[in-house]
Amino acid sequence: MRFLFKTHYNQDIDHLKHGGDRFWYGLLLVLVAAAPAALDTFYLGELNLVMIYAIAGVGLMLLVGYTGQVSLGHAAFLAIGAYTHSLLLGAGVPFLFSLVAAVLVSALVGAGVGWIALRMTGIYLAIATLAFAMLTEQTISRAEWLTGGFRGLAVPQPSLFGMPLTEGWQRYYLTLALLVVTLLLALNILRSSTGRAMVAIRDSEISAESVGINLAVYKTLAFALSAGITGLAGALFAHRLGYLSPDAFTFLISLQLLLMVVVGGVGSMRGVIYGALFIGFLPQLLAIARDTLPPQIAQAPGLEPGIFGLILVLVILFEPQGIFGRWLKIKSYFQLFPLYRRATHRRQKTYLRTERLR
Amino acid sequence: MEGDTLSQLLQVLVNGLAVGCIYGLIALGFVLVYKATEMVNFAQGDLMMLGAFMAVTLIGDVGMPWVLGLVLSVLALAVFGYLLDAFVLRRVLGEPQFAIVMLTIGLGFIFRAVAGLVWGYDPRSFPTPYTGESLRVGGVVVSYENLAILLGTLVLCVVLFLFFRHTRLGIGMQATSQNQLAAYYVGIPVKRVFSLVWAISAGVAAVAGILLAPVSLVQPGMGFIGIKAFAAAVIGGFGSIPGALLGGWIIGVSEQFAGVYLPAGFQEMAAYGILIVALILRPEGLFAQIQRKKV
Repeated sequence: MRFLFKTHYNQDIDHLKHGGDRFWYGLLLVLVAAAPAALDTFYLGELNLVMIYAIAGVGLMLLVGYTGQVSLGHAAFLAIGAYTHSLLLGAGVPFLFSLVAAVLVSALVGAGVGWIALRMTGIYLAIATLAFAMLTEQTISRAEWLTGGFRGLAVPQPSLFGMPLTEGWQRYYLTLALLVVTLLLALNILRSSTGRAMVAIRDSEISAESVGINLAVYKTLAFALSAGITGLAGALFAHRLGYLSPDAFTFLISLQLLLMVVVGGVGSMRGVIYGALFIGFLPQLLAIARDTLPPQIAQAPGLEPGIFGLILVLVILFEPQGIFGRWLKIKSYFQLFPLYRRATHRRQKTYLRTERLR
Repeated sequence: MEGDTLSQLLQVLVNGLAVGCIYGLIALGFVLVYKATEMVNFAQGDLMMLGAFMAVTLIGDVGMPWVLGLVLSVLALAVFGYLLDAFVLRRVLGEPQFAIVMLTIGLGFIFRAVAGLVWGYDPRSFPTPYTGESLRVGGVVVSYENLAILLGTLVLCVVLFLFFRHTRLGIGMQATSQNQLAAYYVGIPVKRVFSLVWAISAGVAAVAGILLAPVSLVQPGMGFIGIKAFAAAVIGGFGSIPGALLGGWIIGVSEQFAGVYLPAGFQEMAAYGILIVALILRPEGLFAQIQRKKV
């Protein structure tokens, strides 16, 4: 086990707590920066997609994992970001400005949804966000004069400072840079008083309110932040798709984002990355699994959502802390060897949790 | 001319009420489970789909009489609901609401995939004794399918009302939904009651599926109307059985009216629009169940 000798107060909130952290994260950064040299175009594209998912996941995690507000409609913010970005690019706005505009528009809509959602909790909130996503999807498919409806909308090629971003590795570095910035932003928010207020709201609204946290402000802020970051992911996702249509942003996508957060581990930013890797490479794994399964099952349409559902159910039943939670258990097993006890990580349940009184 | 508009209005109203009854029945399933166990079952629409497919197998493929097929499908789904609670959902009791929502969404996806594997994705149907006929009252045409939906809902609600009001088990369920711990202390088998509530809720879903089958064909994706039923349950306050039905009617009728009198697209959006407006105006539903805790 490692014992930290703290010599400074700020060590409590350092992102990298000790030399080991610095070494491993530095190595990771070097590896992802060197990845384009080693990987072929296909895997580079997949890794790019994983990072786009991760950005959206950071947005959703801020809301679900740290503020405790469930959203079943984050595909809507993805769509708003994607459409805003493509429309502005098409109108001749420079890439960076349209990217910022996509973030701002999504954040604004998110603040609106958050403001409406102030009056609701738990299940009502989940349903309201679901309804919002359905409405957005319908609006996009009906507003043909703007979005092209189901005919689709071609996404213009991105270019940065006059240099067209067409190569896989250019897009990869763009996404990587944005992911790192987003992660740092989110982590810094989380260690500031804003982030602590969010966590307090997640743990108990009543006690957060009693210590003087303005619920309305922080909940709306959390929604706006989450929606803005998801909108950024949407703008990048638009370039990945190349052609936007409303059926790219269905309920299934919202669910996929949530699945990422749950499988990765609710309440940890590392979980987002694990979840994104999982979601990003699951289709590949399924494609490999299809070759080994009997053809009647393997060729059945609709198998993929079923497997998504199965994974979701299994994770919630057997490892509610997700991949990150499992990692923590494995780590503490080796740290405490041979004294590890299962009871250390046993969950505490409250059987009389009620939402009718709140 | 005046009479035509009136009869058209009535026609739309009747169609809306029939659709609303289906929403109401699914919403009823949500509400029963929520009232008793505080779980929100996002797979309710898919339970309805499974019930309808059971009927397709029993009535359409095996060739049973309609009534027998109906009863057997409802029983099968009730048993399925009981087992679902006993083996899966009981494990997450007391977990945060979020976990339960995700779990039932996952279950819904599994049901859909399994139904697709077993019954395929082509729309199916089964013969009923009343298909194709219709009743004429004045200028309003009520098809027997819609009439069956309206009557079936009415009968089911009366039966449920009598059950909850006058049987030991029904009163025990009410007690459990009011206070689990107190119910346990007075000797009500709370776990079994929970499973039975799930059984009833799945049975009600099966009835809804079988009544809906002649109107819209049976296919794995039919459970998606569960989302609209959700809107119905929320408008009704999520804890009130008459509220669920009323919510269903509001959604159903306004959807039909939007389809006839408003431009294309509004029919699909009506349910969600009403839901959001209702949540803004009365976040606790028309029939409030949540009270604010005094600290």
